[in-house]
Formats: sequence, C-alpha cells, structure tokens
Amino acid sequence: MLLMQFSAAGTDFPSIHTWTPEEIRAHIGFMGEVNAKLVADGEWVDGQGLAGPAQAKIVRAGAGGAPVVTEGPFAETKEFLAGYWIVDTDTPERAVEIAAWVSTAPGPGGEPLNMPIEVHPVMSAPAQDG
Amino acid sequence: MTRDALTEDLLRELAPQVLGVLARRFGDFATAEDAVQEALLAAATQWPRDGRPGNPRGWLIQVAYRRMVELVRGEQARRAREDLAARREPADRRSVPAAEAQLDADRDDTLVLLLLCCHPALSSASAIALTLRAVGGLGTAEIARAFLVPEPTMAQRISRAKQRIRDSGTPFRMPAAADLTARLASVLHVLYLVFTEGHVASSGDRLHRLDLAHEAIRLTRALHARLPDDSEVTGLLALMLLTEARSAARTGPSGELVPLAEQDRGRWDAAAIAEGVALVTRALPRGPVGPYQVQAAIAALHDEAPSAEATDWPQILALYEVLEGLSGSPVVALNRAVASAMVHGAAAGLAALAALDDEARLADHHRLHAARAHLYEMAGDPDRAVSHYRSAAALTASLPEQRYLLMRAARLS
Repeated sequence: MLLMQFSAAGTDFPSIHTWTPEEIRAHIGFMGEVNAKLVADGEWVDGQGLAGPAQAKIVRAGAGGAPVVTEGPFAETKEFLAGYWIVDTDTPERAVEIAAWVSTAPGPGGEPLNMPIEVHPVMSAPAQDG
Repeated sequence: MTRDALTEDLLRELAPQVLGVLARRFGDFATAEDAVQEALLAAATQWPRDGRPGNPRGWLIQVAYRRMVELVRGEQARRAREDLAARREPADRRSVPAAEAQLDADRDDTLVLLLLCCHPALSSASAIALTLRAVGGLGTAEIARAFLVPEPTMAQRISRAKQRIRDSGTPFRMPAAADLTARLASVLHVLYLVFTEGHVASSGDRLHRLDLAHEAIRLTRALHARLPDDSEVTGLLALMLLTEARSAARTGPSGELVPLAEQDRGRWDAAAIAEGVALVTRALPRGPVGPYQVQAAIAALHDEAPSAEATDWPQILALYEVLEGLSGSPVVALNRAVASAMVHGAAAGLAALAALDDEARLADHHRLHAARAHLYEMAGDPDRAVSHYRSAAALTASLPEQRYLLMRAARLS
C-alpha cells in the first residue's frame, strides 16, 4: 500500500494553493498516467484520492458503543492522508520503484516534487501448510 | 459491433422478459432471478461458440426454468417451507410446455420488474444494484466494478435487496393505480441515480468499466416504451439524453473538468440533443409538469445555445423558479441564484445566495461556496472568489471537481 501522507515535517514544497493552473494541470495529468500504467501492467488493485481534512471525522466508541464523533479540521495535526494506492507487485522492490515514480509528480515550475510516499506491505493470510 | 457484443445486447434485452415469466410461474422472484442469471451466463458462453438458437428467448426460458426447478428442489430439501412449496411446481416437471411458453411470450414484465426492484422499502444502493442485475441483465462482477466495490460486497447487497422484497410480501404484479404514481417516482429516482453515478468520474480503474450513463438511458428508454404517455418518464429520458450529449466535451485532455461555459460545443452530440429536445417539447404541453421535464427543458436551452453568450438565461431563470416551486430543494435555489446573476448581474445573484445562508442542508456544502466564488469572480472581486473556491475545494468529495476548483483559484491568485 502506497500512502500519500502530507505532514509539516516531511513536506517541503509549497501548498497546491500557490501553483499556477498549468502546474496543477501537469500534476493531474501525471497522476492519470500513473493510474493508467498501473492498470495496464496489471499491478493496480485500488487507489483513491481522499477528501480534505475539513471533511474528516474522528470516531470513538462512547457509552454503550455509541459513536462519539470529533469533527475536523485537524488544524493541530498538520498531517493528513491525501490518497493511497494498493498495488499488487511481484516483488517488494517493484512497489518501492512505483513509489519512487509517484514521488516525482510535477509541482511548481514542472519540477518533480519528490514527495514522501509511505510503502506498507498489506498483511496476508498465513501460507497453507503442506 | 462484434457478434459477442450483439449477443450481449440481446441478452440484456431478454433478461427482464425471461425473469418475468419465471417469477410469475413460481411466485418466487428471488430464486427466479438467480436462475435467470445462470441462464444468461450459459448463453453468453455458448451462443458465441455454437451459434445463436432460433428462438433465443425460448432457449433462455427453458434453461432458466430447468435451473429454477433444481434450485427450488435444493431449497425444498434444505427446508420444507410449506407456504412457498404449496405454490410451487411439482418437482418432476422439468420443461416448459410449448403452449405455455407461447402464452408467456406475449407478456412483458419489464415495468412490473422495475417497480419491484425500485421498491421504496429498499435503500437507493440496493435498488440500483438489483435493478441493474434483474432488469438490466448485468452480472454481479460488472456491477461491482462499476461501483468500485469488491464482488462479494455487491453480491451481498443484491441478496439483501431480494430478501427485503421477499420480507415485504410485495406481489409480482402491477401495483394498483392509486400506488402507481408513488411507485413510479421511486423508479425514476433510481434510474436518475444510476445516470448521475455514470457521470461521476473516478480516479481509479476506468478500463472495463460499465458505462452507467448509457445503461441508465437504456433502461429509461425501456420504461418510456412501456409508458409513452407519462410526461415525467419522457422528461427523465430527455434530461439524460440532453446531459449525456455534452459528455465528450466535459473533460479536457488531462481529465480535468471543463465547465459548461467553456466547453467546445462542436463536440456535443447533435443527434442526442435533437432527440432530447423533441421528447421534452412533446412532454411539456401534456402536463402535469414535473421536475424532470423542467430540468430537461433547462438542459435543452443550454444545448440549443450556439455559444455560452447566446444562452437564453431569462428563460432558464423562469424555469428554475418553476422547479423551485415543485421541489423546494436548496440546490435548486442555488442554481436559481446563479441564473439570476446571469440575468440581473452578480450582485443580484449574491443577494439571492445570502438568503440561503440559514439553509441547514447547504451549510458547508461545497456548491454554495463554489457558486459564491463564481459570482465574486463575475463581480470582479478575485480575493473573495479565491477564498470561496478554496473553501469549496476543501469541502467537495469529488476529485475532478476539487481539481477544477483549485484551478479556478490558481487562475485568479
């Protein structure tokens, strides 16, 4: 699983709010290419862009299991998950390769953002014995 | 079109007819639906290989009927449910007598099925899934892909929907005239939802995805063929055609949303527009005027304008006023405000939007921010426009829309 997680600590490029329309368009085009290529190569399992932190909620079970909802925005956390991909690759190295490619999505001036992409193995069932 | 695609079209057309025959004979819609699915699968694999039978419909009825007998028997063995068993065939009857098949062939249960699958007891998601499978003749895997959920999830959704229908005790027949209007309203709503789902671009795997907008149009056409004098059915079909006509121009080269005013009108589908306009023109004078006809009339005015500047906004504004009277929906009020800005200027539109601030259903709705942003942009107040575009972008749940709103903001700042 590849996570596009933005945080104050790990993100050293200007917010998308400061980009020009062309820069945004190039970025979107690149993401579309990534998705199409993953599908074509049979590595795509799932991928979603997530709505902004303003729409996120934190839920905990309260008395009797009833949901207790804390609304965003998560102004204090400065950290949010912008999207994810689940890819099915032959080797862990290939997942890292894809992550590195996603990381080069263009930003201001068409320069690669080199944004941090977290790669998490998805847990699977234990292997069958015998 | 390949032969397989032709087979697929034929199967989708025959699916509800075959299901109707079985559901009537056995009085068990849920099991009949499973049997028909299996017959469709058998046909999809055998016909392209062995050639199409002389009587495709008879072939499907025969195969589904045999399967139904097996399913019923298996179920009877599992649990002898007296109430159902009493109404069922004796298990030794294995084929449809020719005379009965002939009688059945004159029936058309598509409308009855639509009314059943869009039963108000079902959630929208369940009704959509069941309608696509039972009336649309689509397989579970295909429907699952279209809604980006795993196949077992979709299979569960469909079987829960069938269970609900079973539990509600709704008989397989046309509802009484008194109920028909309300029941038909939920059919139109479900078909409209299928259509709009088809218009929501997804970031994911768009290869091999079923075209839901086309599927919705196909089913609405089938409904219109059975109720040609119902002006709201006609209105819905017109609305779909007039909206779908613009689809090729709705997205730019890198998948970005292109707003109506900036679309290349040369890429609109003239044939679909002509058909939609003809339908809505025929429906409107017939009355009673309902929301789908009015929305279709608005779409027709947009589609008929040779350029964005030539759009007949006064007429559109008048129609939104009618629509607001019919629906009372805050989103309609919002569209009316935008139309009034186009007629009377941005200040009038902003004043109309201000009246919506207390509307709880719109509080923090991205469309309110987006409309306000557009009007501030129109009014020559880029700073306010940018801040509303950004608020809207933070609130929308649609990725293409979010990108569009960020682009608008970027263009101004």
